[in-house]
Order: sequence, then structure tokens, then C-alpha cells
Amino acid sequence: MQVDFHLPSLGADMESATLVQWLKKPGEAVHRGEAIAVVETAKGLIDIECFDEAVVGSLIVQPGTKVPVGAVLAQLLSETAGAPPPAKAAVPTPAAAAPARLSPAPLAAAPGGRARISPAARRRAHELGVSVEALERAGAGIVHLEDVEHLAAQAKPPAPDARDAMRIAIGNAMARSKREIPHYYLADTVDFSTARDWLASYNAKVPVGERILEGLLIVKAVALAAARCSGFNGYCRDGRFEPASAVNVGTAIAVRGGGLVAPALLGADRKDLPALMREFSDLVTRVRSGHMRSGEFTAATITVTALGEEGAELLWPIINPPQVAIVGSGRIALQPWVHEGAVVARPVLSLSLAADHRVTDGRAGSRFLRTIAELLATPAKL
Amino acid sequence: MSEPAAAVRLTYREAARQGLRAALASDPRVFLMGEDVGRYGGCYAVTKGLLQEFGPERVRDTPLSESAFVGAGIGAAIAGMRPIVEIMTVNFSLLALDQILNNAATLCHMSGGQVNVPLVIRMATGAGRQLAAQHSHSLEGWYAHIPGLRVVAPGTIDDARFMLGAALACPDPVLLFEHIVLYNMEGELTAGLASADIDHAAIRRAGRDVVLMTYGGSLHKCLAAAAALASEGIEAEVLDLRTLRPLDDAAIMDSVRRTHRVVIVDEGWRSGSVAAEVTTRIVEQAFYDLDAPVARVCTAEVPIPYPKHLEDAALPSPERIRETVQRLLARGGAS
Repeated sequence: MQVDFHLPSLGADMESATLVQWLKKPGEAVHRGEAIAVVETAKGLIDIECFDEAVVGSLIVQPGTKVPVGAVLAQLLSETAGAPPPAKAAVPTPAAAAPARLSPAPLAAAPGGRARISPAARRRAHELGVSVEALERAGAGIVHLEDVEHLAAQAKPPAPDARDAMRIAIGNAMARSKREIPHYYLADTVDFSTARDWLASYNAKVPVGERILEGLLIVKAVALAAARCSGFNGYCRDGRFEPASAVNVGTAIAVRGGGLVAPALLGADRKDLPALMREFSDLVTRVRSGHMRSGEFTAATITVTALGEEGAELLWPIINPPQVAIVGSGRIALQPWVHEGAVVARPVLSLSLAADHRVTDGRAGSRFLRTIAELLATPAKL
Repeated sequence: MSEPAAAVRLTYREAARQGLRAALASDPRVFLMGEDVGRYGGCYAVTKGLLQEFGPERVRDTPLSESAFVGAGIGAAIAGMRPIVEIMTVNFSLLALDQILNNAATLCHMSGGQVNVPLVIRMATGAGRQLAAQHSHSLEGWYAHIPGLRVVAPGTIDDARFMLGAALACPDPVLLFEHIVLYNMEGELTAGLASADIDHAAIRRAGRDVVLMTYGGSLHKCLAAAAALASEGIEAEVLDLRTLRPLDDAAIMDSVRRTHRVVIVDEGWRSGSVAAEVTTRIVEQAFYDLDAPVARVCTAEVPIPYPKHLEDAALPSPERIRETVQRLLARGGAS
């Protein structure tokens, strides 16, 4: 059975992507979860996974082509239906309907070697900032107005800075969030000394490469709390809450040079800390090298954002739509803390929650934050 | 005589006759003279019935002497009349060239503006009816060379009907060229129209890919070619120049700026033609708007042959116009 392979939406704000590379050839088998192509979006290079057991039939979109979300990238022959052998040749990209009139005629180079450019084309080239040299290189024939405009259109988005594109993408998503989601905000402070002490002794016993970050304890605590408290893990679409079955925690990771992405640690509530740490390290490496998998991108059901040791004490995060909650973790710093009637210095974590008021209210939010704090107080159980 | 109130179907010949009749009826200074315009009704039957209607004082048959009756027309015009002189075909007008060029065109200038010559000379022009070389030439381009004259070429029913009135209102000599193949063309007179200007070119068909610039008898060849080209997805504008002197430069350059490609269709010979003049003006005034060389479809540089197939081969045709446009629009074409 022939199945169309579409460009998936890799985020609420994504409209299109440029196909960078095919990772499979026609005739090759592709398994569920395997990457089939690399596309470039505003968020960087992303491996697109296949969700079928299939054989690649024909590759419809050629590398370098920008296509909208939902466009058919390839045709797969699903094995489950006993597909025939794959097509022998790739179907060429259907060219955009060209004006009927222009039938290419081979032309000799201009005598004397001077490029033959129509006056209108030359003036337009000047207006559009297209260099005449580029026109001369573009072909051996006469350069017409249409050629200049074609060339200018190709060069049009003058390779928009990837950082700018990411900033725009973040801006779009956040603006949508602020526009649509009635946020409410809560904050709480947590004595982090028990967690810190436990982690220090754990890390002392394992090789350097297996040490666990403090931030990961918070991720795990949030994952467990999200599994226990309803109304924080899932999506809100068209004003209706859809709880998610798995807890996939999106972790906001800063991208070198600016911008950030929030790929997900899948099933974070069911994985132990060492496993989560390995996945997290892998994720960070791939984010920084620009190779994320599409599933990781869209799978997050809740997000944790941390500013780290150098960050502010407290932050008020913005929900990543269509999710319904985001937990912010501020700088963990030594603070005066009242313990058994006395003021003592303790590492204190400021936790904040932004949640969707269409789904939960402040009471549930307080309980959710309290649950995270309690989990962090018993780190051995994480 | 009554002005048509609603759209009326008539021939170009009848439209021209209506124009003459209206001019004769509305202004006692207007009279018509020429070879066979009276009793015979005109060699192309344009003036049929006018003698009976307006009498021999106003519709005068002349001897076969173009120089004499054009000169008489010039004298009458200077004396305050509004003569309409008919010359059978432009070929015979050469016998009156001295009167037209040395007198009609110059007197206003030589008299320091004191002597106007409000004369209208109507001439048949063009080929296509197997009348052979001495009756088939298109010499309007020659007259368009001459300062002091205005040269107009009605190509439509409306212009055939109303350009004469505008020509009579002009204080200077106006040469009005009627193409012989248009006389039998039928069409509708635009309802409510009461006049035509003789200053502006007119877009007869809109199009964005190329402009066909033409006038007179070639207008309809261009419209036919444009219709055929449209079926290939090529949208050709058709610009009717209407007045060959003075040329409507603004309209010509506007068309160039819209379409960037120009084909000029002119039944005159290519060398030193109206087409040559229009081309030069485009190069002078709109060079940087050209996306292809200007192309011309003109008559082969031979005296118009008598045999049908040779005459057809010599003249611009819708097919040649179409092929020229196709060549021009092909990548890198027409050079």
C-alpha cells in the first residue's frame, strides 16, 4: 500500500521547512522511529522520523526545497500491506507551472564576449541589487527582465540569519501563548539542602561521566508531581484540556549564540535518574549540534525552565502552547532559612509555576508546587 | 440627418459618409471636391448620394489634376472656407505634393502665423485588393515627415465617423487616410459618441506581455494576431496610433513601460517608415524599459505586386505578426 509521507508540524509556530537531506534512498527499508530526512526549520536542523514500517518508494521533494507543513515529501510503500517492489526512479520535482511562452532556445555566446542583457533587465538588476556578473554567470543566453527577477527572488530572503529566525519563532509562540492562555503564577521557596547533600554523596560514588546535575533532580520531581497531580500534564486545545498519558518533560536548553529550544525527555516520570541523565546529555549534545528528532520536539507535555547558577533568583515563565504548565527554577543560593526556630543558612531554591487557568486554579497549582517540594525533600526516592 | 442615438451597425464606408454628411450639414463653409466625388459617388463610393443631397455647389467634381484642385482647396481654405478635398489614392497625391508641402504645410509658418490653411485632404491608402503598384502604396509615412501637417488614420468605425469633424476643427491642414480594405468592414458605432480627438493614440486591446503598435488597416491584423496569441497564453496589447503626426509619445512610452516588448506593424515600407520613427522614439525615450529589441512587421520593400499570392506575401499578415511576437518572446529571441 502506498502511503504519503508528509512534513510534520514540529511546533505550533512552524509553517514550513527546507528539506536539507534525505537519509534514505528509494528502495531502502525504513523502520518506525527511524529518521528519514533532515529538515531545517527556524529552530535548527531536525531529523524527521517515520512512523511506519515501510520501504521508501519515491522521494518527491528535492533537497534545498522549502515546503509548507503537510506537504508530501515522499511516498512510502507500507510493508504491512504486502507492497510491491519500490519504484525504480525518483519522481522528479514537478516544476512550478511555467509560462507557456518561454521555450528555451540554446544560444551562442555573445560575439566579443560581452554579456547580452536587455536594457530593462540591466536597470532592474541595478534596482534589485543583483550583480550583472551573477546574471552573466546565470546563463549563456540573453538576460531578460524575467531572469533578473527570478534571480532576485531566489536570493530574496538573503539567507535570513538562523538566530533571527529562531527569535521570530520564539516570539510567535510566546505571543500566541500570552494572547490565548490565561496564565496564573505561583511561587514557593524550597530548602534544597537535603537534595544537595544526597546528590553530593551520590556523585562522589560514580565516575565523572555519570554524575547527575541538580537540575535533573528538579526535572524528575516535576515529572513525578505532574503524574500525581492532574491538570498540569497535557495539552489544551480549543479550550479543552487533553491530559497526556506519558509525562514528557520539555527542558529548555539554550542554544549557543542565542535562542533556546525545549526538546522533551520522554516518559521522565518512569525513568531512573542515571537513565534520564544519559538522555539529557545526549539531548544537549544534539541540540548544540543541531540534530534533534521530530518526536522530541513536539512531544513535551510540560516544561521545566531553569536559569542555572548564574541566573535570577526567581522567574515567571511563559507556557509553551499547547501545554498547560511550565515550572521555573531559579538560582539555588544560600539564604537565611528558619529551621526549628532558628535562622540558618540553607541553599534555597525558588520554584515558580505558570499554569493555564482554563484547566486549573491556584489551589491546584499550590498543591502541585508543594508536591514538587516534598519530592525534592526525599531525593533518594526520585 | 440625425445623430444615431443607439448602437448602429454600419460599414466603415457608411461611417465616413455620415461624417461627411454631418460636416456638410452643420457648416456652410464646408464643401467637398475631388475626382468623381459627385456624379459617380466616389471611386470607393464613400460620397454616394451627397451630390443629390447637397447640390453641385457643395459637392464638386474636379478635372483629373490633383495639383489644380488641391491648390484650389488651399486657396478656398485661406479665403475662409472649410474644404474637404478627396484624392482617390495616396499614389496620385504625389501630383499634388508641391501644393501640399510647399503651400499647405508652410504658409502658416511663412506668414508668421497670419495665414492658416484649414484644409482637410481625404485619401485612400493601402493594398490588399489587387490594384497593383500604382494604386496600392501606403505613403502616409511620407506625409508624417512634414512639419505643418497633421496626419490621421482612422482605423475603426467610430474614428471613420468622427475624425473628419475633428480634422475640420483643426486650423491647419489635416491629411486623413482611409485604408481601402476597411471600407467594407462592418461594425457598431459606439452609442452616444459625438466626437473623436485627433491627438491621442488608443489602446484597442489590453495585454501585458508585448505591445503591438499599429494604425489604420493593420489594426485589425494586429487584433486578429492578438486573439490568436491569447490562445497560446500570450497577452498582447494593441495600441492604435491613430495620429501619425504628431505622434502620441506619452501613450507609446506608457505601453513600452507596461509591456517591455514592442512589435510595430506598419503597412509602409520598412526603410524610413512610421515604424522606423516610432522605434527611434522608443529607443530615445524608453530604452531602459525595453526587455527585447523592438521588432517591426512592415511591407516587403517591393512595389506592391499584382498577383494575389505575391501581394499577400508582401503585406503584413496576422500570421507574420504572430510569428514575430513568438520569436520575440522566446528566450533570448529576436536578435
